Amino acid sequence: MSEQLVPRKVYFAVFAALLVLTTITTAVAFIDLGPWNTVAALGIAFVKATLVALYFMHVKYSPRLTQIVVAGGIFWLAILIVLTLSDFMTRGWLPVLR
Amino acid sequence: MADATRLPGVASVHSGPSELQHHFDTPEQQREASSLGMWVFLVTEILFFGGLFTAYVVYRHQYASAFAEASRHLDVTLGTFNTAVLIISSLTMALAVHSAATGRRKAIIFFLVATMVLGAVFLGVKAVEYHHKFEDHLVPGPHFQFPGPHARPAEIFFSLYFTMTGLHAAHMIVGLGLLTVLVLQAHKGRYGPRYSTPVEVSGLYWHFVDVVWIFLFPLLYLIGRHA
Repeated sequence: MSEQLVPRKVYFAVFAALLVLTTITTAVAFIDLGPWNTVAALGIAFVKATLVALYFMHVKYSPRLTQIVVAGGIFWLAILIVLTLSDFMTRGWLPVLR
Repeated sequence: MADATRLPGVASVHSGPSELQHHFDTPEQQREASSLGMWVFLVTEILFFGGLFTAYVVYRHQYASAFAEASRHLDVTLGTFNTAVLIISSLTMALAVHSAATGRRKAIIFFLVATMVLGAVFLGVKAVEYHHKFEDHLVPGPHFQFPGPHARPAEIFFSLYFTMTGLHAAHMIVGLGLLTVLVLQAHKGRYGPRYSTPVEVSGLYWHFVDVVWIFLFPLLYLIGRHA
């Protein structure tokens, strides 16, 4: 068999976790946590995305090369967002030179 | 290098049905190459959607209160429902891939059709939401109306909302097309333990579209609920 089979109970466990996390993220959104609301929303989204990628998309069971390509894609996304924000979020920090 | 000098199993695959292309040595190598190719495409998709997410973050940073206010005009109940629908569809897709790899033809077709039905439900709910936005004059353009002083930045929020969810919906429609082909091929009995790469690779695409929604849902629907 060429396919590395993931047991079906793994899929059901990941599925249950995803539904629980969806419930939590919606519930938490209605509680005022200040800036932590965004942290919680994005944190839970990252956990959910990681679960989907590792188990449903088989990254955990994939060859090293595939894993590097996935990590590379996320790294480039991080460059896109972090470098852009390092501009926008620091514009008020220094007085404008005239 | 002659195949006959290799494992007898490999040679028999070469002389058998045409799934193994001549430029691959083994079915395993072909499968991994296909999967890697799909991942390279998905990486370009990550950066494609990434540009829009970056635009969203920049404007939300600039107009935080307007974005929170505009977000409250989205329907959380429908958004949460659709999130659950997509997660269930990812499960059925994963089970379709599993069924293909174990060669259970009826189960492949059942899970693929279930995935398509769930995808169609998602798009239907999305259409209802879009319809509400048109009725409420929340579609950016000359008829856009938003109460209060934040009308302009709220219009930016809805521009991003329609672009991102629209692009996501377009990906869903492409996914439904892929799944239609898979159902027809599965019906002909093309997929089994020896060859199920198209199901697996389309599964990667479908799960990716789910992942995009996993980020869209909190960023669009859930900001500003607590205020």
